Amino acid sequence: MTKVIKVEHLSKAYQLGDFGTGTISRDFERFWAKMRGKEDPFLIIGEVNDRTIKGESDVVWSLRDINFDVEQGDAVGIIGRNGAGKSTLLKVLSRVTSPTSGSVKIKGRIASLLEVGTGFHPELTGSENIYLNGAILGMRKAEIKRKFDEIVDFSGVERYIDTPVKRYSSGMYVRLAFAVAAHLESEILIVDEVLAVGDAEFQKKCLGKMSAISKGEGRTILFVSHNMASIQRLCSSCIILNNGSIFSRGEINKSITEYINIQKPDFEAKTVLDENYSLPQIQIQQSHICSMDEFDMSFTLKSKQHRIISSIVLLIYNTSEERIAILDLRKYLGTSIRFNAGAEVKIDISVPSFPLIEGEYLLGLYLKDDVIEKDFTDIIKLKVEPQTGKQYAFHLEYDAAVRGKVNFDFVASKNEIVL
Amino acid sequence: MNNLVEEEVWDTEITPRNNLFDLKLKDVWHYRDLLSLLVRRDFVSFYKQTILGPIWFFVQPIITIVIYTVVFGNLAGIPVDGLPKPLFYLAGTIVWSYFADCLTKTSSVFRDNAAVMGKVYFPRLIMPLSIVASNIIKFSIQLALFIILMVYFIYTGANVHINSFVFLFPFLIFLIAALGLGLGMLISAVTTKYRDVAFLISFGVPLLMYTTTVIYPLSAAMAKYPKYSWIIKFNPITAIIETFRYGFLGKGSFSWQLLGISTLVTVCILFIGLIVFNKVEKDFVDTV
Repeated sequence: MTKVIKVEHLSKAYQLGDFGTGTISRDFERFWAKMRGKEDPFLIIGEVNDRTIKGESDVVWSLRDINFDVEQGDAVGIIGRNGAGKSTLLKVLSRVTSPTSGSVKIKGRIASLLEVGTGFHPELTGSENIYLNGAILGMRKAEIKRKFDEIVDFSGVERYIDTPVKRYSSGMYVRLAFAVAAHLESEILIVDEVLAVGDAEFQKKCLGKMSAISKGEGRTILFVSHNMASIQRLCSSCIILNNGSIFSRGEINKSITEYINIQKPDFEAKTVLDENYSLPQIQIQQSHICSMDEFDMSFTLKSKQHRIISSIVLLIYNTSEERIAILDLRKYLGTSIRFNAGAEVKIDISVPSFPLIEGEYLLGLYLKDDVIEKDFTDIIKLKVEPQTGKQYAFHLEYDAAVRGKVNFDFVASKNEIVL
Repeated sequence: MNNLVEEEVWDTEITPRNNLFDLKLKDVWHYRDLLSLLVRRDFVSFYKQTILGPIWFFVQPIITIVIYTVVFGNLAGIPVDGLPKPLFYLAGTIVWSYFADCLTKTSSVFRDNAAVMGKVYFPRLIMPLSIVASNIIKFSIQLALFIILMVYFIYTGANVHINSFVFLFPFLIFLIAALGLGLGMLISAVTTKYRDVAFLISFGVPLLMYTTTVIYPLSAAMAKYPKYSWIIKFNPITAIIETFRYGFLGKGSFSWQLLGISTLVTVCILFIGLIVFNKVEKDFVDTV
């Protein structure tokens, strides 16, 4: 495999605050230092970028000493909290801004989609904007002409193609814009959180297109998103950024779990749900929960006020915050549990064979009473260990990443019809 | 092992400092379709949802010369080198407004396009070039108006004599475009961080017109203020307008020396403008 992107010691500093009369004297100081061949005096005192803490100086390192390689055909996800440096990294890679130090080497044409519809002019029609937007993204006119029908077809706004885009709905706007970008013929595609807009069907279509680009055509994709499920679907490896540095780089499923862990560093069971409900006690019987083994838990629900609960449902999420299953407790608890003010109710749940494959899960609670109806997520974390190996004595089991979400208890037999 | 790594060929290298003199003209050439599409965008969006459409390009100079003729020509009685007044003013106005349009639009190019430039890379030089190119369309339409008017006055026997200096016209257009572009880029680069100079532009450009021979001929200024008229004389745009008038209309103070100085100044400004622009473009997004 050949390397197509090589990032070495990449750093980027930003100046905080307002530019005004005060900044010009500092600019002179920097200029003077540069003339004498000294290091920029204001970068020495730069601080780690943590948006939550008020710092001493007003220069921050949005990226600090980033090193990584990307090989051809890789689909690399970039995740991190807000302000971790994801967008800055993409901006530097797509040459919108330049780094403060370090270098990036790129092989092949690079196209970036940091925002859909960049350069769309509201007065121009859909087809005029396809040409303009395509050209801004680096396509030649002939190239756009060749792909015009394909783009219109992908966008699904054929009927409006001769209408000024200012009359488009925001969804149509995004569809058209993504359609243009998706047909770029570049070796490397950089995509920032652009799928957050558009309906579910179109999001699916976009993800499908992107995965066709990387897996089918062997082009390289860098993808930033906060949606773990789409990162997981598209990418094979992942870079976690934290406060402007690379926290880790690794295989996608491992990285996502790791990311969830750094996000919730000390994950304790949530005991207060809202101003009324609380969970004074949560307990899981097993010290290790194993896939396909027994799982028993109990929790105590307390209500300060008088309430009548008509529905209690236990929710199970995976670390991408996708809902995996629900345990509808109405079946056993009925549809009207009366709570007097200050009452506590202990609920026991027993699952004879826990069907989910190994990994980390989050439990939540859905409550509906005469006042509220709400999902309470992130109540407790559940770590499920691999099935204790009774069936596969020879370690024949496939990797967790390819085994889907649930384990099945099943039997199969072989009947030799023709040999 | 090390040799193997060093042998790898990279197409693009992103580093903090780029070569000041590397104008990335190859990139600009690759993006030439964008240039033409931007020009088209400016032109088409100008008259979208209007009834008169491109005719609006005529309205501005016609109203301007009517007012100039009444105020400066008749009321103030400023001499016009013995030329028909509308023709005299129109010649000055179209050249001047081409320069002023290029200058003001280019000088705010970073701010006006920050949204696009903050999201996509394309050679930044494309934007100012597209401004100069789209203004040339407006200028050509106004030039057509000027020629129609000129033919009319020649037909009615006015004192208008077109001569061989008219062939300098393409060169003159290049000079104004380069001057507007260079000065505009210089200012745009300076105003990305500190916007002070932008204020200067908004009231300075209309005032600058009075130090240029738009509403009076150079000869009249020299006669009235022999001591201070050098300001007007060595204003690089003066030489351009005077040569333009001399070529098309046969009247005006033309000299190779003045045109030479004007060319030299223009080339210098364009050069400095390009370099400063090139320095600023790579990370203006962070400060604009």
